[in-house]
Amino acid sequence: MKKLLIGNEAIARGAYEAGATVATAYPGTPSTEIVNSFAQFEDVYAEWSPNEKVALEVGAGASIAGARTLVAMKHVGVNVAADPLYSFSYTGVNGGLVIVSADDPGLHSSQNEQDNRGYGRFAKMPVIEPSDSQEALDYTKLAFDISEQFDTMVMLRITMRLAHSQTMVETGERQEVPLKPYKKNPQKYVMLPGFAKGRHVEVEKSMLELQEYAESTALNRMEMDDTSLGIITSGVPYQYVKEAFPHASILKLGLVNPLPKELIKTFAAQVDKLVVVEELEPVIEEQVRSWGIEVSGKEQLTLLGEYSAEYLAQKLTGSPAPQSFGIEQEVPARPPLLCAGCPHRGVFHLLRKMRLVVAGDIGCYTLGAISPLEGMDTCICMGASIGTALGMEKARGTEFAAKTVAVIGDSTFVHSGITGLIDVVYNGGTSTIMILDNDTTAMTGHQDHPATGLTIRKQPAPKLDIEALVKAIGVKNVRIVDPLKLDELEAALKEELARREPSVIICKRPCALLPEVPKPTYRIYVDDEICTGCKVCIRLGCTGVSFRDEEKKAQINPGCVACGLCEQVCKFDAIKQAEV
Amino acid sequence: MQDKITNILIVGVGGQGTLLTSRIIAQVAVQMGNDVKVSEIHGMAQRGGSVVSQVRYGAKVFSPIISKGEADIILAFEKIEAARWLDYLRPDGMVIINTERVNPLPVMSGKMKYPDDIHEKVAALIPKTTIVDATDIAVRCGNIRAANVVLVGMLSSAMGIPAEEVEKAITAIVPAKALEVNLKAFREGYQLM
Repeated sequence: MKKLLIGNEAIARGAYEAGATVATAYPGTPSTEIVNSFAQFEDVYAEWSPNEKVALEVGAGASIAGARTLVAMKHVGVNVAADPLYSFSYTGVNGGLVIVSADDPGLHSSQNEQDNRGYGRFAKMPVIEPSDSQEALDYTKLAFDISEQFDTMVMLRITMRLAHSQTMVETGERQEVPLKPYKKNPQKYVMLPGFAKGRHVEVEKSMLELQEYAESTALNRMEMDDTSLGIITSGVPYQYVKEAFPHASILKLGLVNPLPKELIKTFAAQVDKLVVVEELEPVIEEQVRSWGIEVSGKEQLTLLGEYSAEYLAQKLTGSPAPQSFGIEQEVPARPPLLCAGCPHRGVFHLLRKMRLVVAGDIGCYTLGAISPLEGMDTCICMGASIGTALGMEKARGTEFAAKTVAVIGDSTFVHSGITGLIDVVYNGGTSTIMILDNDTTAMTGHQDHPATGLTIRKQPAPKLDIEALVKAIGVKNVRIVDPLKLDELEAALKEELARREPSVIICKRPCALLPEVPKPTYRIYVDDEICTGCKVCIRLGCTGVSFRDEEKKAQINPGCVACGLCEQVCKFDAIKQAEV
Repeated sequence: MQDKITNILIVGVGGQGTLLTSRIIAQVAVQMGNDVKVSEIHGMAQRGGSVVSQVRYGAKVFSPIISKGEADIILAFEKIEAARWLDYLRPDGMVIINTERVNPLPVMSGKMKYPDDIHEKVAALIPKTTIVDATDIAVRCGNIRAANVVLVGMLSSAMGIPAEEVEKAITAIVPAKALEVNLKAFREGYQLM
């Protein structure tokens, strides 16, 4: 029977049906559910890796050892994994390997909107793009066959709109695929120059074979109808094209690297006007134009964000924009915010109050950058905070370092903060680093990591001791503070900032949404007699406390979890505890 | 199964249960033999931000997202969210608004006022507007978190979907321990329209 699956679940199912036995990932929206779903199947191995580079390396090992292997990450995760990616593309595979890149046009939950189809061209690997959950399942299965047939890893490139849309899927049976025999073969798997030269020859050969395959594979298909408009498209934009132009002729590409040159020429010759509809970069369009084919695309269509059927109809045929009621202009924006009781809130309140320069990082706590907390100066990528703080110190001196902190979460620290800390110690930095340890990967929906002591299947695992690790790196000044105790945290910060040595403050308190967090034993209320309406509690940006305009007083809302932060920042002791 | 695509936009605040609601409605549409697509928002947008789930069903659905001016129904879990997404409604479409108020950041911090009469402004623009205190009904049914199912009841009743179909979907999706309260809340909502 058909059922609804989000694209990510369909990919996991496809890998399972294809006989994959190993899957690795680091969580990242919009990719997280892929390996999380795969982990629910029996008799397979799945892991949360510390980062995407390790995930791909483990995947490469599993493939070389003969297993069909799935590796998943968000688009920027592929940057982290780019080093093994570019070399593993030379070695090729033993058991098939499919790497999923979940791109995020529209930046629903990311720091950029890079188009990872580009990796296919540079790393010389086939790239497959499904346009709904059924194709996600079917193409994943096929990708394993292609991987083994052409001795190359295959990238399955998806976007957020496929990852998180449910569409109807017919599932199939799992095919049991025995491990391929393992044979020592250094010429293929040891990438030193002499061997890599030989592998480059093989890579170019298999790319030529893939080009031929592209011409005939069912992944690419022409849907001929009215020939006055011909559209080349792939992925979810195909659905928008079908909706906006039900009678146009379409060349739907499922294999977007390498492109089927002859098929495209044939299609172009049959239509009066040729347009490429692709979100983000003109990857297809530029190649088609380079073959001397008259084509348009990005001159009408934006390089930014997601497309929609409505947008395409307006841009390509000039249909009028729908009428606006105009009422949305009266509506205040609703940006995401830290939850009530979040252990990060007090940290950013304090950092702003102390007027510190804050090199930030990626996680829920990046929300500490926005109003009203506004406690962050930079956030570049996963793990960047520590190196950024050191760079600031090297540029502006130790005085500047005395008012600079790096802020990084536990999962992000394990992902790629450790090497930055090694640099601080090795190169004589005096940085103060705050590790916000909330015992989970919160932003992506509470995934475990090496320092939580649990695996992806919630099985006990040796727990990485962050404090001991930091000490082993050579940081002498390490302390653990409860981030909801503002006075202690402030004193610790002042002391460590004054020190001309590297320091690490581990702010340890579990995410307020974790089930093991105990229910509050008391409630909080505002004493109207004392409240002066100064709004210092309001500047915490917490849903648990709001302001009554008429009375000019604060009030505690039902969502309050009695974390006690507003009680601590109130200068007049107007916020009090009472029995539940 | 029907030829015309039905478009339902479910809007609210991250954490209000829009995801579960869209999954119940989608399940009903599947049971009734439709092609169905649902687009969801995960990740950053869930942290108390404005969220939208989109359900589309009919004989054959292509785009997973609803275009402006195309939604048949907007189901709003919070007052101002109805207004924020109103341009997605067909001029003769229907809006169901829960009167729950969740202050967004600019209101919490005092930079903007909460437009408390916004649901009345929506009602003035859209003839088929229904305003309900679903949160209150859910509390009376035994769990404040069942407000979303009250709204599902109103929606399915307004659309003429048999109650049994929806109850079947709720039973399939809602965890067993919360089922009784949810079915009660659904029936309360169903008889309102």
